[in-house]
Amino acid sequence: MTAPALPELRRTPLRRLAGVDRLAVAGGVLLGIIVLAALLAPWIAPYPEDGGSATHPAESLLPPSGAHWFGTDQVGRDVFSRVLFGARTSLLIAVAVLAVSGAVGVVLGVVAGYAGGWVRDVIMRVTDVFLAFPALLLSLALAVVLQPSVTTVIVAIAITWWPWYARLTASVAASVAARGFVDAARCLGVPAPLIVLRHVLPNSLTPVLVQLSLDGGGVILTAATLSYLGLGAHEPTPEWGLMVHRGQSLFTTDWWVVTFPGLAILVTAFAFNVLGEGLRARLSR
Amino acid sequence: MTGPDAAAVLAAEEVTLAYGATAVVHDVSLAVDRGGVGLIGESGSGKTTLARALLGLMRPRSGVVRYGSRDLAALDRAGRAEFRRAVQPVFQDGSEALDPRMTAGASITEALTTHHRMSRAGRKDRVAALLADVGLDPALAARRPHEMSGGQRQRVAIARALAVEPRLLVLDEPTSALDVTVQAKILDLLEGLAAEHGLGYLLITHNLGVVGRLCRTSSVMFAGRVVESGPTAELLTRPAHPYTRALRDAVPRLGGEPPRAAGRTEAAAAASGCPFLPRCPLAADRCREEAPRPRDVEGRKVACHRAEEVLDRAPVAHPRADASSPAPRVPHDGSETPDAPRQ
Repeated sequence: MTAPALPELRRTPLRRLAGVDRLAVAGGVLLGIIVLAALLAPWIAPYPEDGGSATHPAESLLPPSGAHWFGTDQVGRDVFSRVLFGARTSLLIAVAVLAVSGAVGVVLGVVAGYAGGWVRDVIMRVTDVFLAFPALLLSLALAVVLQPSVTTVIVAIAITWWPWYARLTASVAASVAARGFVDAARCLGVPAPLIVLRHVLPNSLTPVLVQLSLDGGGVILTAATLSYLGLGAHEPTPEWGLMVHRGQSLFTTDWWVVTFPGLAILVTAFAFNVLGEGLRARLSR
Repeated sequence: MTGPDAAAVLAAEEVTLAYGATAVVHDVSLAVDRGGVGLIGESGSGKTTLARALLGLMRPRSGVVRYGSRDLAALDRAGRAEFRRAVQPVFQDGSEALDPRMTAGASITEALTTHHRMSRAGRKDRVAALLADVGLDPALAARRPHEMSGGQRQRVAIARALAVEPRLLVLDEPTSALDVTVQAKILDLLEGLAAEHGLGYLLITHNLGVVGRLCRTSSVMFAGRVVESGPTAELLTRPAHPYTRALRDAVPRLGGEPPRAAGRTEAAAAASGCPFLPRCPLAADRCREEAPRPRDVEGRKVACHRAEEVLDRAPVAHPRADASSPAPRVPHDGSETPDAPRQ
């Protein structure tokens, strides 16, 4: 019974690897296109001035056509151009939130995980306090207190996001800290901060990177939610959540105003997820 | 080192070690000087925990670990740095002991530069020389652990330990993760290096044959206690503790767990009496009531009430008490019939 199992054993990982890579690559490519669109928006948008405060009352609410692929909104701006510019806002928010919360979370997590003892207890209890609040509620409360703006959105989301990275990193770092090469470094007399930087941090990063890419979509959705509720970006900033909010009452009559920014949110969140899933499957192989 | 115990580089004095509330090593004393000292015991006997304490990775709950004449826990910064340079570990598994993200060269360089500044060229030369010392091609410096064999990784770990020019090595089952043939080569290497550099070493193992070859004196641990210690040859030929005897009788099954020694250590049963009681073939009433204290019996220390009887028992016909080379006769792959090759 053991003999026929062999070829199967040999083939399966390969096939899985191939499939996994395709998934990660697909997510990466999709995300790459979105990033390119964001970067090149001023040049590829058919009506770059519509990304700003321009208005064309005479052309309001035109349905999709050759001139306006995604139609126009209430004040006559080209929805396609605004979706392209909106990618800049959304990606900026996503990158800023992930960078800030990732950095804070990883630093605290690695220190907690390596140090253990009361240091870990203190950091983890603070983390727990932040996690105790429903994330969106905390973000909402903060966004209400602060002036609505893109910066507010970034701060409000980052504050609810970092504890997850702190907790994840702490558990990974604690297991890394217990490994032989960390003991070996301690026996060499390498100072603790260097041990953390050289050995614990690099060997703890992989799961965090996967989580970061998985979370990109979530951040964009949350940012869209805040803007949708009027607590984030405000007119005339092109932001997908805000565009959905402004267009929702027109859904039955002028569907394009809300549908295309909504689709943009969906596709971007999806791209982040596919990339993250692919990375996770590949790295945990 | 000067002081009352000038001979011992590293010593544990009545050390008790605990994880949380659970003590796993009880009142163990052990000294390592310039020669080789063996520490023998089964999995779970506390020998690795003791090694961690000797390496300063763990603080004793009670008792003292001494480096020279000084208490390890009370060393100042400079003393600690000196200790780190003097005492180096080689762990069981080279793939665990090396950072998977670092090349062999980077791992050794870390050791070189932790205590001294070194020019880039100087480092490179030293790394190459160290790799050559442990019998590796200097080109391996560019390899990461997963690109090397188990034996190569263990050699790199040894090279890293030697990089700080230590006086003493703590070898925690340095070969148990390796193939039998590679085991012999690594032991040869360690033996040669120790002689060449005048290193003392503590060799921790469950393999009596290995200790018989490399260590003049040995201690046998059971359930967190040293049950017998003395000259290795004596221990192997005439064990005075029933546990040592059981271990020795298991020697031909190299690499396998000793028959009676397998399984968990029955700590609960040892509440009042001898910790070895549940497994002891000689258990008497006295053993149930009173835990034996280590005492001197014929040139060794034994914690057994009936040590004399164990000694007097006619030695079982055992030609391989000094089974030094853990190599070819073990039919581990089943390719040899056990009965055939009898010369």
